[in-house]
Amino acid sequence: MRSDRASPLLKITATLGLLFLHVPILLIFLYAFTTEERTYQFPPPGLTTQWFAAAWARPDIWEALALSLKVALIATFLAMILGTLVSAAMSRAKFFGREQITLLILLPIALPGVITGISLRSAFGLMDIPFSTWTIILGHATFCIVIVYNNAVARFRRLSGGVMEASADLGANAFQSFWYILLPNLGTALLAGGMLAFALSFDEVIVTTFTAGQQATLPIWMLEELIRPRQRPVTNVVAMVVFAATVVPILLAFYLTRNGSETAGAGK
Amino acid sequence: MTAPAIIPARGPADRLTALFWRRPRLLLALLLTPPLLWLGLVYLGSLAALLLQSFYSIDEFSGRVVPEFTLKTYAELLRPSNYDVIIRTVLMSAAVTIGCAILAFPIAYFAARYARGRWKAIFYLGVMLPLWSSYLVKVYAWKLILAKEGIITWVASATHTTPVLDAILALPIIGGNSLSTSYLGMFAVFVYVWIPYMILPMQAALERVPTSMLEASADLGATRAQTFRTVILPLALPGIIAGSIFTFSLTMGDYIIPQIVGNSANFIGMAVYQLQGTAGNIPLAAAFAVVPIVIMLIYLTLAKRAGAFDAL
Repeated sequence: MRSDRASPLLKITATLGLLFLHVPILLIFLYAFTTEERTYQFPPPGLTTQWFAAAWARPDIWEALALSLKVALIATFLAMILGTLVSAAMSRAKFFGREQITLLILLPIALPGVITGISLRSAFGLMDIPFSTWTIILGHATFCIVIVYNNAVARFRRLSGGVMEASADLGANAFQSFWYILLPNLGTALLAGGMLAFALSFDEVIVTTFTAGQQATLPIWMLEELIRPRQRPVTNVVAMVVFAATVVPILLAFYLTRNGSETAGAGK
Repeated sequence: MTAPAIIPARGPADRLTALFWRRPRLLLALLLTPPLLWLGLVYLGSLAALLLQSFYSIDEFSGRVVPEFTLKTYAELLRPSNYDVIIRTVLMSAAVTIGCAILAFPIAYFAARYARGRWKAIFYLGVMLPLWSSYLVKVYAWKLILAKEGIITWVASATHTTPVLDAILALPIIGGNSLSTSYLGMFAVFVYVWIPYMILPMQAALERVPTSMLEASADLGATRAQTFRTVILPLALPGIIAGSIFTFSLTMGDYIIPQIVGNSANFIGMAVYQLQGTAGNIPLAAAFAVVPIVIMLIYLTLAKRAGAFDAL
């Protein structure tokens, strides 16, 4: 016997599974208001908003936030240019080495982050490149390319080749066709890819620990606090900021591509 | 009447357009050069640098890297202390992969077969958001949950199941002083963090299982369990394998979670991090990093044979 209704057991386990994915995050929010500074006592003995003020007054948090924003914005910008170029080429023609190029684009996220990290570090070491903001950006842009590529290539596939030919027939040159036809059609896919790349770069920690040197992005700051806690609830406030800075772009990306067959983020 | 339908070139942009039209390969090359230069130089170059360093060795007295070809560093991987790290990592990755597959199935199956309209979107976002949202925040959340004074201990005492919790913690090997310092806790965090990577490909594979096959199976008298075992599971297998590529690879390379949760036992990722950092032994760190690459290459070859890439 098979019916078109889910069995109650399946319904319950599926719902529980979904809750399992989300409830832990809520605890982060709760602990940001606890009055207990030294342990993770549950339930919190009391509630306070003092940690938001404490976080606000910490210059190290502001520095880390500024660095994270700078890195994420520049890395996203670079990844958007490179990702768009390669997706345009890949959608255009079949050519020798196409499969290998796809593999090359995928590799930075297919291999564990620790490998990308140690590779970049050993390359910087061999070439005597000192660590700087740019070494962080270099690593981030490398694994963000694939995110933009995935979004753009799906849109290219859906876009009929006819529109570009029609544009050429009407006398537009390649640059006009790009500006008036291609870009408006690609727009939301590129924006969604950019949003996801930003979210990925903003909270990346594994590759960053290898390429940052003495600088701390916000996730690196958090990692240090996790290993050697000082004011635990302040870390929770920062965690809320990091969470918001990644969730908002993801929701926007989902909203931008919700009507297409290529809803953003299906493949990370 | 036979005027040529060629629009006269008006400027350099038009001349370039004509050039691209006559030579499409040129445009292709122009499009591909910057990204390939980036990925080729930055990424492949770095991987090559890593591979190169793994064939160097470290001078035991001066602690300096000796840039001469040797297999000595790889031989060091076979030392019991290093070998243990590799085995421990692989076992944990396998356990996490199985845990993810079991927990992901009900969610993926419900989302693929029964969720419609609004619920479909809720399930999709419900899996997508944790997939993309902050990794470190998720790990931190579990540090709060697993702590000795944390929510699990509280729930256990509120439901009078503290003896059960104590019995679980008293288990040899996987137990420990508290959940946050045991393999069990580490396993839970790994499963939580990587499970979305299992759900999505699994759901994609399950969506492609034709309803007619399930009906046929029921018509032929199969019970739910039989249908699951002989129809759904084999058809969903490529999706499960595709998901397992992610969960396995991500667990194997992770070094943050074993550092924050667990009994400070060493894992490959941690070994790489510590060797290149405090120990300054880049060759051995590089050799350690090559291990997951080799394991993943073998895994990918096997997965390809099982048809997992069609499910991606």
